[in-house]
Amino acid sequence: MYNYGVGVPKNLVSPTPLLRPLFTSYSYNLHPVNNIMEMSFEHRIAASREQVWKALNDIEILKASIPGCDSLISEEENTFKAQITAKVGPVKAKFKFDVTLTDIDPPNAYTINGQGQGGAAGFANGSAAVTLREDGKHTILAYHAKANVGGKLAQLGARLIDGAAQKMANEFFVKFSELAANPSLLDAAPAPEAKPILPTWLWLGALITLTAMGFLLLR
Amino acid sequence: MATNGIGVSVRRKEDKRFLIGKGNYTDDINVVGQTYAIFVRSPHAHATINNIDTTDAEAAAGVVAVFTGDDLAADGIAPLICGVTVTSDDGEPHRAPAHPALAQGKVNYVGDHVAIVIAETLAQAKDAAEKVEVDYGILPAVTDTASAADEGQQQIHEAAPNNICFNWPLGDKQAVEAAFASAHKISTLDLVNNRMVTNPMEPRAALGEYNTGTEEITLHLTTQNPHLHRLVLSAFNQLAPEHKLRIVSTDVGGGFGAKIFIYAEELVVGWACRKVNRPVKWTSDRTEAFLSDAHGRDHVTSAEMALDEDGKFLAMRVMTRANVGAYLSTFGTMVPSYLYAFLFAGQYTTPLIYSEVKAVFTNTAPVDASRGAGRPEATFLLERLVDVAAADMGLDPVEIRRRNFIPVDAFPYQTPVVQCYDSGDYNAALDKALALADYDGFGARAEEAKSRGMLRGIGLSSYVEACGIAPSAAVGQLGAGVGLWESAQVRFNPTGNVQVFTGAHSNGQGHETTFAQLITELLGVPIEDVEVIHGDTAKTQFGMGTYGSRSLAVGGVAIAKACEKLIAKGKKIAAHALEAAEGDIEFADGNFTIAGTDKAMNIAEVAFNAYVPHSYPEGLEPGFDENAFFDPLNFSFPAGTHVCEVEVDPDTGVVEIIKYSAVDDFGKLINPMIVEGQVHGGIAHGVGQALLEGCRYDSEGQLITASFMDYAMPRADNVPNFDIDYAPTNPPDNPLGVKGCGEAGAIAAPPAVINAITNALGVKHIDMPATPENVWRAAQGAA
Repeated sequence: MYNYGVGVPKNLVSPTPLLRPLFTSYSYNLHPVNNIMEMSFEHRIAASREQVWKALNDIEILKASIPGCDSLISEEENTFKAQITAKVGPVKAKFKFDVTLTDIDPPNAYTINGQGQGGAAGFANGSAAVTLREDGKHTILAYHAKANVGGKLAQLGARLIDGAAQKMANEFFVKFSELAANPSLLDAAPAPEAKPILPTWLWLGALITLTAMGFLLLR
Repeated sequence: MATNGIGVSVRRKEDKRFLIGKGNYTDDINVVGQTYAIFVRSPHAHATINNIDTTDAEAAAGVVAVFTGDDLAADGIAPLICGVTVTSDDGEPHRAPAHPALAQGKVNYVGDHVAIVIAETLAQAKDAAEKVEVDYGILPAVTDTASAADEGQQQIHEAAPNNICFNWPLGDKQAVEAAFASAHKISTLDLVNNRMVTNPMEPRAALGEYNTGTEEITLHLTTQNPHLHRLVLSAFNQLAPEHKLRIVSTDVGGGFGAKIFIYAEELVVGWACRKVNRPVKWTSDRTEAFLSDAHGRDHVTSAEMALDEDGKFLAMRVMTRANVGAYLSTFGTMVPSYLYAFLFAGQYTTPLIYSEVKAVFTNTAPVDASRGAGRPEATFLLERLVDVAAADMGLDPVEIRRRNFIPVDAFPYQTPVVQCYDSGDYNAALDKALALADYDGFGARAEEAKSRGMLRGIGLSSYVEACGIAPSAAVGQLGAGVGLWESAQVRFNPTGNVQVFTGAHSNGQGHETTFAQLITELLGVPIEDVEVIHGDTAKTQFGMGTYGSRSLAVGGVAIAKACEKLIAKGKKIAAHALEAAEGDIEFADGNFTIAGTDKAMNIAEVAFNAYVPHSYPEGLEPGFDENAFFDPLNFSFPAGTHVCEVEVDPDTGVVEIIKYSAVDDFGKLINPMIVEGQVHGGIAHGVGQALLEGCRYDSEGQLITASFMDYAMPRADNVPNFDIDYAPTNPPDNPLGVKGCGEAGAIAAPPAVINAITNALGVKHIDMPATPENVWRAAQGAA
């Protein structure tokens, strides 16, 4: 069980521990290292499943929920490009993500797949299976994400990335939950049309980016 | 004897400048008009390069130039080389895929060099490097040493089918098999020698300057061997003719092998400074060092020992897979072959030894020499296997060693694995080490520890190593591209002080002190009147540099030989001045004396006469300045026994080294304090490998131990106070009677530590690094 400490949103329920840490063992060759990060998580949102699904596909809500999201563009159906700037202190890097959506099952589930390039910070590839299930008037959003990182992210981040990713996920969900339950909080006029997008990958990318920035600062 | 001569622990002359911040390392050097280089490195372990777009980078603020592999090739710059040939079992030379300094269409490890970005400031170079757009076609990566050559593995180089660099057998396979067939007992051991990153404190750096007037390139480098760099960069890489290339290496903050090699960055910076006609500087950051310095070790081995009823070793068999990385580094072939299998006899009379080394390419950084280089791998497997054999035979580890030691009267001793040991007294070192370690009192200490719930263990390592590298004829027969002699020039100035030019190059070993002590001893010149000069190809004569614990054992002898020439010439000059026959002149303590009289002339006066030859022997050349080259007759074979005592906390797996006793045979010691420092550092290095250090790539070929957060170096709290003593013998092949001492600790320590841990836990084996997790798991398994 994670201890989230002060300021943790009350609507976080049953966070599942990460499946495994990056370092399984130092035992050489007996356990080849598989540097794949996996995260499973469940999150309660005070909104109906339809509302949440709509929000998950609302480009403006997602943009507002993902820290540092500069642009989110749908070029063709189920294919998106996103640019996210992560900034920590004086250090900042842009991640460009190419995202595709598969296994779409409205309003129950989809899988997002993405490749992100972060320049000197490295790269990240991954996918996340997202499901929504009703629980009374609320919705439980569950996801199982897998990602592997390369370059500086892998070189410097191995030991810290999990914790930072969790922290980023929390931040995303605080904002997303607010907006999903109450889209009018978005100052702008309602989004013209809900476009099907696959954003979960994007915040995953964002949190990875932020994590990377943290490492750069620590060096 | 001279006050500061041989055998005196003179304080290091070089330390004053280091202590007051006046050291002059390569990165300390800055020149007018200097630009800064950043290398664009592959984030992928294995990928084709479909396209490199440098447009945005070239347009970025402050950018002077961006170059790729095509630019290098267009200027006729040749790929990096491997300098030693190993013949594979098919009779062909080892497979040597091209190693371009900047990638040509393909990258083969994370950190591989793709482009160089040169800008007015470091920040601008870093920013612009991010704008170099590389379109990669990602390929599966091979990272596992054991399976790299398996059927169906991803192929890395077309020139190396099945990722095999060489398969190198040594010994009489049939005779070994016959001995195994009739053995009383066969002990077996499978082990891994963990991959290490050498990590000298000072990262690598290069600063290139081109003079359009003289058309000379001056390349300031962090190198252990400036002339070797110049030779290879000129003759093989076509950077510039040898006389138009100057390598300057000022203070070097540790090398440990990692600064022997001719690296891509050095070649590219040397080339680029001429290309842009501006000085170009590159300094590695720590993560770049993890990515791109040559790594060490990385073997997977199966070993077997055949024994008779008395525990005598009848035969040994070793099968090793050695990882050479993505490309061959400068000596990448030599380390897992000649520097490894030639040591399999160790201190023992094992009459038959057969080994096969399969060197494999993987998508990892090149692997080459790192302190010990091949010999730690050999010693670890042998000294571990001997302990396993002792357990199998029910013998004490001390007893099985004694039964198999090469006896003191058997030297020079021809081993079945090429090397012929010059001298040694292995029982003497063992006896001293056991006394120092209070081996007999261990049982009581173990009982006491048990009462506290702790597991105490004791382990031995009786090692021999081959250093003082190396007789040129021998290495030539083995396929080396160079001779491994050393040079010296000893120059008196007219006022009587001395400059010693050595082809060796200090990267922290204290040459400026040790070599000055030789001059003081041999010529009677006060040590403060001696200056040792090294590290600049424009100042010193050609020399081979510093590695393989050779600087004193080879370079020191060259200095002594130059001194002999000076004494011979000085006798002629003194005889003339003193009006005596040359044969009547004796030289001692700096004075040329007419035998049986008190008529004498100091060597400083002789030097003055030589430069102001107003009254001078007819036909004798003026000047007092002699050079000498020394090609060793044999390797040098330091040996000894190290004893490690540990306490393991079975609840946490934490290992504490309680006591570490080392007794070594380094022949004659010139400066015991410096030798002791080398032993301390070597043991700490070995303890690091045994307990802490592990370089890990993941299955995708990402280096996940690329900083000191994830790669644990030994610190003061990981080692105890060392108990050190010596059991010297006199190596007959070395004119100074010295052996090398720089690598012995790193060679001896890993098996001593692991033997102690396996002893404490009562397990057969534990792989390095024996981290608390590994030890705890082993303890659980044993319980």
